[in-house]
Amino acid sequence: MPEKSDLPQGTLDLLILKIVALGAVHGYAIAQRLEQVSRGVVQVPQGSLYPALHRLENRGLLAADWKETESGREAKFYHLTRKGRTQLETEAASWQRLIEAVGVVLKLSEGGAE
Amino acid sequence: MTWWRRLLRRRKMEDQLEKELRFHLDQHASELIAQGRSPAEARRQARLALGGPEQVKENCRDARGTRWLEDLLQDFRYAIRMLRKQPGFAAVALLTLALGTGATTVMFTVINGVLLKPLPYPEPDRLVAVHGHTDSWNTAAYGEQHVAYLDFLDCQRQSRSLAMAGFLYNSAIIGEPGDPEYADLREISSNLFSVLGISILRGRAFLPEEDRAGAAPVIILGHSFWQRRFFGNPSALGKSVILDDKSYTVVGIAPAGFRLDGEEPDVFTPLGQNTAGFLRNRMAHPTGVIARLRPGMKLAEAQSELALMGRQLAQQYTDSNAGRSFLAEALRPDVGDVRSTLWLLLGAVGLVLLIACVNVASLLLARAVSRDRELAMRVALGASRGRLIRQCLTESAVLGLSGGVLGVLAANMGFRPFVQFWPGTLPRADEVQLDWHVLLFALIASLVTGVLFGLAPALRAPVRGVEQTLRAGGRTLTGSSRRLHSSFVISEIALAVVLLVAAGMLGRTLLRLSSLNPGVNVRNVLVTRMALSPVALSNPAGIRSAWQDVLDRGRRVPGVESIAAVDTFPMRQGENQLGYWNTPAVPPENQLPLALATSVTPDYLSVMGIPLLKGRFFDDHDRQGNEPVIVIDEVLAQHAFGNEEPVGKRLWVPGMSGPNWSEGNDPLRVAGVVGHVRHWGLARDDQAQVRAQFYYPFAQVPDSALRRWSELMSVAVRTNIPPLNVVDSLRHELRGATGGASGDQALYQVRTLEQLASDSLARQRFLLLLFGVFAGLALLLACIGIYGVLAYLTGQRVPEIGVRMALGATARDVIRLVLRQSLGMIFAGVAVGILAALATGRLLMHTVDGVQSTELFTFVIMIPILVVAALLASFGPARRASRIDPMSALRQE
Repeated sequence: MPEKSDLPQGTLDLLILKIVALGAVHGYAIAQRLEQVSRGVVQVPQGSLYPALHRLENRGLLAADWKETESGREAKFYHLTRKGRTQLETEAASWQRLIEAVGVVLKLSEGGAE
Repeated sequence: MTWWRRLLRRRKMEDQLEKELRFHLDQHASELIAQGRSPAEARRQARLALGGPEQVKENCRDARGTRWLEDLLQDFRYAIRMLRKQPGFAAVALLTLALGTGATTVMFTVINGVLLKPLPYPEPDRLVAVHGHTDSWNTAAYGEQHVAYLDFLDCQRQSRSLAMAGFLYNSAIIGEPGDPEYADLREISSNLFSVLGISILRGRAFLPEEDRAGAAPVIILGHSFWQRRFFGNPSALGKSVILDDKSYTVVGIAPAGFRLDGEEPDVFTPLGQNTAGFLRNRMAHPTGVIARLRPGMKLAEAQSELALMGRQLAQQYTDSNAGRSFLAEALRPDVGDVRSTLWLLLGAVGLVLLIACVNVASLLLARAVSRDRELAMRVALGASRGRLIRQCLTESAVLGLSGGVLGVLAANMGFRPFVQFWPGTLPRADEVQLDWHVLLFALIASLVTGVLFGLAPALRAPVRGVEQTLRAGGRTLTGSSRRLHSSFVISEIALAVVLLVAAGMLGRTLLRLSSLNPGVNVRNVLVTRMALSPVALSNPAGIRSAWQDVLDRGRRVPGVESIAAVDTFPMRQGENQLGYWNTPAVPPENQLPLALATSVTPDYLSVMGIPLLKGRFFDDHDRQGNEPVIVIDEVLAQHAFGNEEPVGKRLWVPGMSGPNWSEGNDPLRVAGVVGHVRHWGLARDDQAQVRAQFYYPFAQVPDSALRRWSELMSVAVRTNIPPLNVVDSLRHELRGATGGASGDQALYQVRTLEQLASDSLARQRFLLLLFGVFAGLALLLACIGIYGVLAYLTGQRVPEIGVRMALGATARDVIRLVLRQSLGMIFAGVAVGILAALATGRLLMHTVDGVQSTELFTFVIMIPILVVAALLASFGPARRASRIDPMSALRQE
């Protein structure tokens, strides 16, 4: 099992937005998806998932409604708002730029060492 | 969802949160069960993974963003619950605060209306007053200078920066409809209403072509006059009004409450129709000028333009305009000398409010100390210090705001009586209203007081030693809190000392002033202004004989002992100040010493009861053609001649020189010396700048000035029955002196001299009354405060006192113990208070006429009152302490 690391600041929101963008889901499913997708690399404490969901809902990036699940129980399903989609795009783009920039810097320092 | 909707749906959101989390747990658990765990084990693991459900919920609530409001609401509800649990405390605190904020709000309402509100015209900040200016003019003595009518017309025509309007103070006798009546007349330029931005209520304003000599006579009625004479009937438009024997057609009615320079005139006529000579003379400056800045223009541009026009006129008319220019300044309401009095009163109520704050603070502090355990418990349960301070402040803000609401209700009832009781008329009284400025002030005042008295208890919210506090059970009292309590009492006493000494000073001032000799015998004297028949005013001989006739007729009225005519009489606004010199080498006019000049008829001395000290007073020989004479008062005699014999000496008075008072350097002969009269009223005379007086015979007023003088003259009558009883017969007798069958002369502003003398002290009496009330309130509040604090402090010392009594202390010893503690606080407060009172005394000396330096006597009288009252207040707790049963007190421990 690979070593688990803490999630960088602010990325939880981005991950949640990305997962919700794939289709309306409830909280538990998001938690599971997070764990599967990250292949256990990142540790998301389930306790901080719900405050994050509520915060995003509060900011108008997510919206929610109550629907029945396959098992027939009522659950709160989150979906992305238009505002949330724009936010996801800008944040994903800036995340990408950040990674590239960091990668370039890292390569540079390797080259310098040779 | 907006935050307030989330707030309203709080209950539902809580349910949903609960449901969402339960779904998560169930889902997780059932999955674990599917993997083969036992149900109990599965549920345990699911809960572990999620974390403490309450904590997760708490974090979700935080994420909602309405947390602060929910807390506030919670604190708010808690505060109200606490207040309802202690109705006695709540009642005392609320009453105290309502008194404090109520009184302060009343004062602010008045100050707001009188001093702060802009003038009641549209865009008041664009309005400008234009004055004449010469270097030799003494503005301090005479006020701002008006403008020559021809100069006004030139400026009005040329100015590009200002739309200028002129007005002239005048009066007239209204002949018809109804009885003859004196009317306050303003002659105005046709654009006055439009410059002020006021539209006429009915009819129209004057047309430019009516603002010319020879145009058809038209008149605009003031609203009150219209109500009085025409009973508010719109048919007044087009009717004719007889004004000084001339018929005018009513073309308009001014809106209700319209004021010009602070007064509501009875009638307006076009200024341009007045053909009097002084309006064609650039040497005379009778025209008041108000202007509005044209769009885009600034005051500075107007000022430089006026200066330029002044220079041009000075070149063009060297004789009259050399050295003369014009000044423009922002138009401000003229409120006279009430400004300092009002701020003084606001300061005084502010002190009362402070005392109220201190009182409530000490009550709250006492409560906070006994709540230490509760607060410590909250800290132990995880409340932060900031959260506790917020809770305490919310509680005091709730108190402050409720007190403020009660205060505003009280102020709403209180400010009208205040305005009515104001001595004389309060300027701009009809603008004194509760408006949003006042409400905002009350809101801020009550919030600030809330924070002020809540701060001390809040800041002692515990952070350390929680465990100790919990264990001690809130019965021990730390030294710091005892010191805080004593400092509250000390400051209350100090504030009360300030108010008591101020009231004492005013009381002594009033006593001293009313025992002063006014210089005249005020008993049984009636003074009234008199408007002669317009027919008589047409020529000088007619005026002289009309006045002679008035005096002869008046003398015949039963009850009248003697009668005289006089232009300005004592203790009333209005005076004629003239420069004088005792050698022929008279220096420039603005360097001359000034004296009050009064023109009188020969019987004036006996009417007023002024003592003749030397020489003679006037008789019928002192008339035009004979040597001009004056009679001076002892002050002028001392100033002008020192110890020399004044009778027979000569004085040079440039304003009264030569047969027409306008040329030559002829002196006036001093015929006699009379006693000084307190012309400025009992209170103000000692501090007045100009006190020297002289009298000159009305019969020697030159023909050219006679008409103007005649308009200024009053009649003074000494009676041998109560003076008000002769008013009707006098009015009747004088009305028909020269006119037609019904007569057309009128008396107005009829008053007794006694009333005027008493009115001259009205300001002092009013201030004394208010300060007396404030000081009484302060004393009461301070006593309540001392009582409360001592009762609390001794309550906390019950175990200690129990021990002392068990060890043999008597009840008397215990009383002494408690009283010593209170005496310490009282004397510290008195010491601080005396220092503050000395400073306040200086302030009073500057703001209230007649107040002299703080005398020891005032302190000697007032401070024992306070000490005795404070000791009485501490006696209750002391006695209670002395009755403590030592056994039960010790068992309590």
